[in-house]
Amino acid sequence: MAVNATLNAPEAEPVTVTQAGGRKFWSVLTRSKWVTVGLAIFVLYVIMAIIGPMIAPYDPQGQDYTAVMQPPSPAHWLGTTQLGQDVLSQLLVGFGPTLELGFLAGVIATALSIIIGVSSGYYAGSAGEGLSLLSNVFLVIPQLPLLVVIYALDPKASLWVYAVALAALGWAWGARVLRAQTIALANQDFVLAAKASGEPAWRIILFEILPNELPVLATSFVFTVIGAIGSYVALSFVGLVNLSSQNWGVMLYYAFNAQAVSENAWWWYVPPGIAVAIILLGLVMLNFGIDEFINPRLKAAGISRKQMKAASLNPGVTPVVRRVRDTAPAGGPAGAETVRSARRTK
Amino acid sequence: MRYVLRRIGFYLVTVWAAVTINFFIPRLMPGNPVDIMVSKLSANGGLVNPGTVASLRAQFGMGANTSLLSQYFQYWDQLFHGNLGKSIGQYPATVVSVIGQHLPWTIGLIGSAVVIAFIVGTVIGTYSAWRRGTWLDSALPVSAFLQALPYFWLGLVAVQVFALNLGWFPRDLGGSTLGASTTMSWSFVGDASYHALLPAITIVLTSLSGWMVGQRNMMITTLDQDYVLVAQAKGVSPRRVMWLYAARNAILPQFASFAVALGLVVSGSLVVELVFNYPGIGTLLLNAVGNEDYTLMQGIFLVITLTVLAANFLADIAYVILDPRARQEA
Repeated sequence: MAVNATLNAPEAEPVTVTQAGGRKFWSVLTRSKWVTVGLAIFVLYVIMAIIGPMIAPYDPQGQDYTAVMQPPSPAHWLGTTQLGQDVLSQLLVGFGPTLELGFLAGVIATALSIIIGVSSGYYAGSAGEGLSLLSNVFLVIPQLPLLVVIYALDPKASLWVYAVALAALGWAWGARVLRAQTIALANQDFVLAAKASGEPAWRIILFEILPNELPVLATSFVFTVIGAIGSYVALSFVGLVNLSSQNWGVMLYYAFNAQAVSENAWWWYVPPGIAVAIILLGLVMLNFGIDEFINPRLKAAGISRKQMKAASLNPGVTPVVRRVRDTAPAGGPAGAETVRSARRTK
Repeated sequence: MRYVLRRIGFYLVTVWAAVTINFFIPRLMPGNPVDIMVSKLSANGGLVNPGTVASLRAQFGMGANTSLLSQYFQYWDQLFHGNLGKSIGQYPATVVSVIGQHLPWTIGLIGSAVVIAFIVGTVIGTYSAWRRGTWLDSALPVSAFLQALPYFWLGLVAVQVFALNLGWFPRDLGGSTLGASTTMSWSFVGDASYHALLPAITIVLTSLSGWMVGQRNMMITTLDQDYVLVAQAKGVSPRRVMWLYAARNAILPQFASFAVALGLVVSGSLVVELVFNYPGIGTLLLNAVGNEDYTLMQGIFLVITLTVLAANFLADIAYVILDPRARQEA
């Protein structure tokens, strides 16, 4: 799925070095409205993953030939499938595998991108260049065709296999961004001081560099989770996973192949799609929040016109000129300076 | 110029990596691909004799006495001769001819959808950064939602609502009612475009927001630069400041991130083809997997990868044209 909300920002941005590192990051994050909504969705999904199988009213695989392709009713809140399976029950047991896959793939890919990205940034020269080339190659090779191979190798492969494969194909973006950050950080005074005092490389990387890369690490983790969940649902939908497993993509596979669309059985294929969309939406929002931390200008951009007027600031359309005329008809550098300092206070 | 040469070098390495991965794919598959082919061929009513087996081995570069290394060189040799072997599922058609029938459909659909999404997303992103703090800010949550929708799922809903219920788009789906073999004519182009419209809208809607958010974020950064302030203070027209001062610089990282975005869009779009029963490479690939048609799968991998690389190369060239620094870096 095309999720590249955060592609541009981190690499182009100067590094924000905060001595407090993680703590400041967390306290700023929790105040963002994006993060609040995103985290709420995430927590809700975790709860559903735990209690989902318990509160499912029917056996998700249990077939009832007396109630086939039923629209939603009090007995089946989300209707039934072509085999008389309860759609709600299938939906409820789907939370677990989706989160499990996303989390696993995210953790493995992030670990890989730290190892490859940070070391390629820290060690200048041909080793670093080689690792950078490796991640750039992985970045441009399309993933889906390669994922097909897993199914051909083992049609009954478990969720873990897919998580590892998705991570093995999805670490490159994080590695590239981390490399850029590490190159910038490696020349900062505190890193040079640590080097001069003879700290070993692993210690500098772990305790001096990595804490300052936490926000970037977080976006790349969330980004990988989004990609992994999206790819896995798509793979399941085309029937390239173990079809006896339970997940939303497999539900969509069966719905599509049972002509649910031409039968107008919307209750069968709409709920799993919405379920995927909501968790991905939550994760995209988390990423927006982290982006605002990395690039604080974005947050200033969210201030509404009214608030800006109240603070007698210009919203940045043409107003610079107008304001200069208003306050200092002569214009000139003094006027521009006023505006600039006003903008800074944002 | 050095930048361009460096990029060409990079793409050569990447092509080499892709071809090498592609070489190993059938060798990773369970069982001997030649045996699978032979059983497939005889099941399809093909004539199988020892000569066929030997020629299949040779074709696949898996002769009895050849080492992996010489197989590898043979594979390259075949490749340079434009020979990707014969499809098992559609024997005796060659893989090149089978792919050739389907590739134009995919390039037409995905190519135009990507270009439209890039342009529209960048324009909306530029405007929403310029007029930030207005109602245009609501484009952000809306785009986040669209971004979160699985491509193919939006396709399913679109088929149900717009093709089947409302009847605005062809109910028969597919590429064209006139059939793929029709020669180029205006009625064919019109019909094909009509059929491509709904899948294209689906892909554009779901891939738009990445470009939009990227451009908006970069615009906001460039708008705070001193040179933009100076331009505004000099009285340069707002339109000129927005497009030629701010947007022109903000767009550069968009080209740099084209690689990642394109890979994701292509993966997503291949699945969309299935939903719309579109006669492109995506549908072909999924059928090839179902048929265990390894030669065809291998050929499709290669073609998809090379096409994506070519598109990335074009994006790089556009980057050089837009950014004088890349040209002068000598």
